[in-house]
Amino acid sequence: MRPFKYSASTTINSAAQLLSANPNARILAGGTNILDLMKEDVERPDELVDINRLNLSVVKPITEGVNKGGISIGGLGKNAETANHPLIRQNFPLLTQAILAGASAQIRNMATNGGNLNQRTRCPYFYEVSMPCNKREPGTGCGAREGINRMHAIFGWSESCVAVHPSDMCVALAALDAVVKVQGSSGKVRSIPFAEYHRLPGEMPEKDNTLQHGEVVTSIEIPKNNFASKSYYLKVRDRASYAFALVSVAAAIEMNGSGIKQAWLALGGVAHKPWRAFEAERFLAGKAATADNFRQAAEMEMKQAKALEHNGFKIELGTRAIVLALTRAMNGGTA
Amino acid sequence: MATHQYLGGQPDEALDRVDGRQKVTGAAKYSVDDILPGLTYAVLVESTIAKGHIKKIDTKKAQSAPGVLAIIYHGNAPAIPGYETGGNPAKPPTGGEPFRVFQNTQIYFAGQPIAIVIADTYERAIYAATLVETEYNKDDQRTDIEGNKDKAVVPKGPRYADYIRGEADAYKNSVIKIEAEYIIPVEVHNPMELHATTAFWDGEDKVTVFDKTQGVKSTQRSIMDAFKLKEQNVQVNTDFVGGGFGSGLRTWPHVIAAVLAAKKINKPVKLVLTRPQMFTMVGYRPYSWQKISLGATRDGVLTGLTHEAISETSTYEEFTDRTVDISKVMYACPNVNTRYKIVALDKSTPTWMRGPGEATGAYALECAIDELSYAVNLDPLELRIRNHADVDPVRNLPWSSKYLKECYQKGAEAIGWNKRNPKPNSMQEGEWQLGYGMGAGNFNANRGRATVKATLLADGSLVLQSAVSDSGPGTATTMTSIASNVFGLSPGKITFELGDSSLPPGPTQGGSTTTSTLGSAVHDVCVALQQKMAELVTIQGSLLQGAKPENLHFEKGYITLKTDASKKVAYADVVKQTGSSQLEVTKDSQAGDERNKYSIYSFAVHFVQVQVHRLTGVVRIKKVVTVADAGKIINEKTAASQLMGGVVSGIGMALMEDAVMDHRFGRYVNNNLADYHVPVSADVPDIKALFIDKPDPFINPIGSKGLGEIANVGFAAAVANAVYHATGKRIRTLPITPDKLLR
Ligand SMILES: Cc1cc2nc3c(=O)[nH]c(=O)nc-3n(C[C@H](O)[C@H](O)[C@H](O)COP(=O)(O)OP(=O)(O)OC[C@H]3O[C@@H](n4cnc5c(N)ncnc54)[C@H](O)[C@@H]3O)c2cc1C
Repeated sequence: MRPFKYSASTTINSAAQLLSANPNARILAGGTNILDLMKEDVERPDELVDINRLNLSVVKPITEGVNKGGISIGGLGKNAETANHPLIRQNFPLLTQAILAGASAQIRNMATNGGNLNQRTRCPYFYEVSMPCNKREPGTGCGAREGINRMHAIFGWSESCVAVHPSDMCVALAALDAVVKVQGSSGKVRSIPFAEYHRLPGEMPEKDNTLQHGEVVTSIEIPKNNFASKSYYLKVRDRASYAFALVSVAAAIEMNGSGIKQAWLALGGVAHKPWRAFEAERFLAGKAATADNFRQAAEMEMKQAKALEHNGFKIELGTRAIVLALTRAMNGGTA
Repeated sequence: MATHQYLGGQPDEALDRVDGRQKVTGAAKYSVDDILPGLTYAVLVESTIAKGHIKKIDTKKAQSAPGVLAIIYHGNAPAIPGYETGGNPAKPPTGGEPFRVFQNTQIYFAGQPIAIVIADTYERAIYAATLVETEYNKDDQRTDIEGNKDKAVVPKGPRYADYIRGEADAYKNSVIKIEAEYIIPVEVHNPMELHATTAFWDGEDKVTVFDKTQGVKSTQRSIMDAFKLKEQNVQVNTDFVGGGFGSGLRTWPHVIAAVLAAKKINKPVKLVLTRPQMFTMVGYRPYSWQKISLGATRDGVLTGLTHEAISETSTYEEFTDRTVDISKVMYACPNVNTRYKIVALDKSTPTWMRGPGEATGAYALECAIDELSYAVNLDPLELRIRNHADVDPVRNLPWSSKYLKECYQKGAEAIGWNKRNPKPNSMQEGEWQLGYGMGAGNFNANRGRATVKATLLADGSLVLQSAVSDSGPGTATTMTSIASNVFGLSPGKITFELGDSSLPPGPTQGGSTTTSTLGSAVHDVCVALQQKMAELVTIQGSLLQGAKPENLHFEKGYITLKTDASKKVAYADVVKQTGSSQLEVTKDSQAGDERNKYSIYSFAVHFVQVQVHRLTGVVRIKKVVTVADAGKIINEKTAASQLMGGVVSGIGMALMEDAVMDHRFGRYVNNNLADYHVPVSADVPDIKALFIDKPDPFINPIGSKGLGEIANVGFAAAVANAVYHATGKRIRTLPITPDKLLR
């Protein structure tokens, strides 16, 4: 591990200022990702700004603003505490399921919500410094494009990067239409709709998201919804626990009598960002909640998918996973 | 040296582990721990290319990094005397020359150690290692067995020549024919504990090494050879081993590197491999392609069996295993032929991994037998019974003991085999398809050579010593049980000492032989000690004066007269009577000529029940029943643990393990435990481990055969067969991941 400076801050402002002053500084939250990457020599910050003393871990009802009636979770809240918080369990069981489907109990106890949003891809070419990766070292090429890409993207990839975003939590947050609150050194707070938080790789794969250097994720707001009893997070993986998703689906349905008023669908393990399945959602609005409609919606979404050499299975798996997640959502959110 | 004493009272059933308390409290010290004060830390720098030469290594920047004590690479490495005179420190398996660390510029594989950096802290050593700059002359590597099968050759030596019994390729003329190809990718042992070595020198010619090894004596021998040292001047200690599965059977180059580093700086050096280095520096189960061709009558009687296999090795050593051997002995078939070949690739040398060869071969054979059962419309269990080998078909000798049919019956009952609907894709539970499968296996039950020293102390307690290391099966526990039974002393009064090369020579722990080998030596030394005591106790002045030795009875710490239990002498008093503080006997023990008269094997069968998700292809193992014929079971608890451990590794083999290499670089892309999947608790169901528990009358004086390998042999086939039964889909390339079941 390269030597680095350690700074601890106690206010959002001082953290933002420390960061802004040094382009090579990074935030240290739970450390389950950044420290690993530093040990692998992938991330090479010369300064870590520890934000663990900031008071940013509360879960609370939102009492004003556009998301009034929703719930706000702190940027520094632990993944495990967030998932198990009664307000989250009651109002957003989809989020509870998604968080608990990720990593291991030990990691979830350390990992924070802001860290989860900003965790980096698990692409092996990103992780191995002796192999090419445009995300780690722009201009070196994409090792996975013609390499081993079973775990990689089928949506929205570019020739310069085919990596996927690894988070489960973020897939649920995408379906929940969450809003990310960030604050920079000027003290100004920005609200970023979840769908715009992460980005597709395009020609700039080194940029995972739209957070600017110097900004801190202070909280995540989740608007009130009417589908808590009809939502489900499905994660298909190579082993029963402690594995990243081959494909995951966050599905939620709000009914209007016997028909679907609106459906929310987001996919994990398929793109550089949590993939909102807008095509499928549009198709389902106003339709009956039947297996056949689920299947048609899924196929419609998957039409835009483009497989790489080793991940063609994700198209069929994604289709089936959408159907299954929607079915389980209709069943009250259980398997 | 690890000293183990049973702390419980007289047990009603099997002993609890004598080292259990140390392990669960963290008191047990492993090689990976900081064992000594004043340690320095070493980190290996690896080659990033798979083939070529080092043009230049520049250590200037690294050398001036804080805390750096030394950097050793080919340009400045002290000569290793054993290398120059053609010594073989890390003995190659069957041929070639072991890789000689830091001795020249040649690159044989990606991940090869090319330099070692020693610093005052681990963190500083890792950092300095990133500053070592290397330039290469790169050649094109060849690392993929697929596409290079035409370069496969038959290994040298008579063992590997094509085997033919009866007529070759007889399946071609049979009424029923099955031909199928099977692939097992590279699997890596990945024990929890990383390989680690701590070394320090005392003067020019004396070294002490703490090493993660499955054989303290073999590691001692390797270091003696490499550095030309006397046996008494090389001390190897291995108190605890956090799993090995075969990776600790050889002395690998990193051990020599650590010893070399300690010599150079004349301080204790500790070297721990990283997880990625565990993929390239301590062996792996080689990739294998296999083809099984079966011929049978319509009644399912085998008429021909052809087993072909191609496996891989490195360019510098020839590694071979017994992949095709199981097909020679498993079934009674008049016409059997096998062909085994290896391809030399620009990778590190593979090594033995739990059930080496047999587990590989049994996967293919036992799947093919299952395929045949459907072709002849016969219960796979019945098919196996119909082709049961009543004698060893290779040597035409009787088995020393064989209870495989009993295993079949016991396992079938426990899993509810007869309640299944034999038709594939016919059973379901909600969204899940349900399937049952079985797979059987065997493993040569060997007995090696061991020496044990027994010391009876004046308080009547017994100390046993042998230079073995325990990689987890519970060696000291089973040895305590054996000694307790044979010697007639409560287990609480017995201490077993191991893990120290200066003790009487013990075997390397591998090939399922420890209980058979060491247990026999414990048996023999206990008997010899009793004989010595009998001599002492029957001389004049004793209560048992004049008694014939054969009329003496040894139990619970007392010698009594068989005919008169009131005449008794405590073991402690026998010692006191000699006037010295203890009574010592050392005994060397090894096999006799029983192997010329019998074929001695362990057998096992695995039954599994799986669920396959109809939509996602996810496979869940719901139930496992494994039944072993391993002769006499010394300790049901440690034996059951062995079986369960083998099953868990079998689950990994069947469903998840796969070291994926990007052949453009010759590098693994999933060389960490997040991406290289082994089963987690959620993948492991209820496992019933059952035993026949009948002593083998010939193998050794204790009647125990081996258990470690058969716990895994045939298991992956049972899973693949269950998946077929559940879905009607035959997956012939492991691991069976969800994507393969979507098609
Ligand atoms: C073996 C393993 C398996 C895993 N499996 C899964 C899985 O199956 N599913 C899953 O979803 N995740 C998985 N994870 C990832 C895990 O969820 C993340 O590591 C974790 O969420 C990161 O949170 P952290 O607080 O530890 O972040 P850190 O490591 O502290 O930081 C991560 C990044 O986020 C930045 N950052 C942190 N907090 C903020 C903030 N408030 N504002 C702005 N930037 C910030 C940091 O600068 C850094 O760049 C796994 C991790 C491991 C190690």
